[in-house]
Amino acid sequence: MGKIRVLMAKVGLDGHDRGVKVICNALRDAGMEVIYTGLHNTPEEVVRAALQEDVDVIGISLLSGAHMAIFPKVRRLMDEHGLKDVLLLGGGIIPDEDKEALRKLGVKGLFGPGTPLSEIVEFIKEEVRRLGKG
Amino acid sequence: MKELTLKGMRERWEKEVLEPHLKEHGERKERFITASNEEINRLYTPEDIAELDYDRDLGYPGEYPFTRGAYPTMYRGRLWTMRQFSGYGGAEETNRRFKYLLKEGETGLSTAFDMPTLMGYDPDHPLSDGEVGVEGVAVSTLRDFEILFDGIPLDKVSTSFTINPTAAVIYAMYIAIADQQGVPRTEIRGTIQNDMLKEFIAQKEWVIPPKPALDLIVDIFEFGINETPKFNLISISGYHIREAGATAVQELAFTLADGFAYVEAGMERGLEIDRFAPQLSFFFNSHNSFFEEIAKFRAARRIWAKRMREHYGAKRPEAWRLRFHTQTAGCTLTEQQPLNNIIRVTLQALAAVLGGTQSLHTNSYDEALALPSEEAVRIALRTQQIIAYESGVADTIDPLAGSYFVESLTNEIERKALDYIVRIERLGGGSILRGVLRGIEEGFFQREIARAAYEYQKQVEAGEQVIVGVNKYQIEEDHKPHILRVDPEVQRRQIERLNQVKRERDNTKVQAVLAGLRKACERGENRMPYILEAVKAYATLQEIMDVFRAVYGQYREPALF
Repeated sequence: MGKIRVLMAKVGLDGHDRGVKVICNALRDAGMEVIYTGLHNTPEEVVRAALQEDVDVIGISLLSGAHMAIFPKVRRLMDEHGLKDVLLLGGGIIPDEDKEALRKLGVKGLFGPGTPLSEIVEFIKEEVRRLGKG
Repeated sequence: MKELTLKGMRERWEKEVLEPHLKEHGERKERFITASNEEINRLYTPEDIAELDYDRDLGYPGEYPFTRGAYPTMYRGRLWTMRQFSGYGGAEETNRRFKYLLKEGETGLSTAFDMPTLMGYDPDHPLSDGEVGVEGVAVSTLRDFEILFDGIPLDKVSTSFTINPTAAVIYAMYIAIADQQGVPRTEIRGTIQNDMLKEFIAQKEWVIPPKPALDLIVDIFEFGINETPKFNLISISGYHIREAGATAVQELAFTLADGFAYVEAGMERGLEIDRFAPQLSFFFNSHNSFFEEIAKFRAARRIWAKRMREHYGAKRPEAWRLRFHTQTAGCTLTEQQPLNNIIRVTLQALAAVLGGTQSLHTNSYDEALALPSEEAVRIALRTQQIIAYESGVADTIDPLAGSYFVESLTNEIERKALDYIVRIERLGGGSILRGVLRGIEEGFFQREIARAAYEYQKQVEAGEQVIVGVNKYQIEEDHKPHILRVDPEVQRRQIERLNQVKRERDNTKVQAVLAGLRKACERGENRMPYILEAVKAYATLQEIMDVFRAVYGQYREPALF
């Protein structure tokens, strides 16, 4: 079993990168391979990077409020490019009612501010195992 | 002799009273630390401030070194400005919110812009999708500003604009509105944030690279000292540095270093320090560790005053005096049990007031969930009013001065911040300006902050930092506050208005003024008069910023964590 490969990305114009960097550090310390795209990516760029890097997980951090515009687009592009089995996760400020809609769309985990790092690490390990990839 | 006596007295107490008590009861934990991981002692005594010289280190309010306050009467003369940051949707909605806040007793306006406006894109650009009017008001031409300030006389209010890469354009729009209203430019009051260094360090909103961005800021200084002398031409901000995860000391050190960098940049342009320094203002965060924050604000004034006078040779007291706005720490708000945030905000606001802030924004308790609702905004404002009118803390100046703990902490924070500032100066071979630019380029600031953020998060996980409702006293949640939704119609309406403006304006003139702006960039002239001309011709924000993109290129930072 190789290391779990995670692509972490900031999409859109929002520049709040504290959370995503903390998560990058935590996932790396938990033994995962972390690729961070930096700021201001389009959904297309994220999916392209995920294909190139052959990742198991895509984590998108978003604090701009544009989640309902961005996640569906990423999910659609992932499906179109054969990334159906890649785990899509979201982080940031997302109201409950939107969480429900996003989960139905296939954003498997959504983590708000204050989520314990260990919870995210465990969630990823568990889900990747379930997908039979880890 | 006195010191010996004090030491002897303390040692006796330790031996006879403390030790037996400790042996029996112990203490709650091994280390007592602030939110910034600074260890706090059990007790502070006169020994801790034995070196303190009242006249040299504290002085009197409104006087060098300003430790005790920026003004001689502080809040006895005038309360701080209660300035709630607001803006969402289109200009119409924000204009209504402004009028509501003025009616509720707010004394200054503060404008939040949406991401496209902040980053210099019009609402029809692909990167604007889903972001128009979401995090703040959408502005693309002077037409939007005409609606935004409809019925708000600019000689009666002061307006603060949280705007950075596109600050020059927004500043020009405000001047254009003053011109339209017949208010003399010399009378308009307010602030543009206009602090690009902290953008590269922490907030990450940019258009062009650091050096040309800095050059545009100095253009604004040069223009503004004559044209709008009552307007703060920059708000040098630690807020975002702290939100990104910096410690209190890092926030203070990096912000003041940025401030000194702007001073050096202005002086390199040949501007007189005593002319432009009085129009520089600051913006700090007020976080959870109550006393540490108060000490930080006091230390800020002292460090600034001393270096401005002693190092840069400023002669006017106005150039030594650090004035600042404060916002309570957004990053401390929890999604869990959101009403608890009201108490957090109260404590943070109290620290800002005890630290002598000139204006204050208190966060709304529902902000960890989404944009604030009207009720939450009102409670946030009421929090300030209760502190101002009921608690009595505003009735005397700098009430915590002389506290062994607060003075000792002020000294400690000053010392640690100066260590960083000297490091940055060395990085720049004796120039803070070059040190800051190099630090950004090499990722020095970004890495320091990311490390502090991760350390803090690990302390939270380990329970060394307690967050009530998050890692202690959790409950099954059943309460969710009302969330303000921005109508997706806003983007469609903004695009429509943009198109209408483009149809109605004189497009030949727009092309000519934009070409003039480009030439000014190439010739190294001050760009402000050209931007003002472009704004008045209804050139769009993006059209103006595209000129800068074409000349200087678009900045992209290296991705590191």
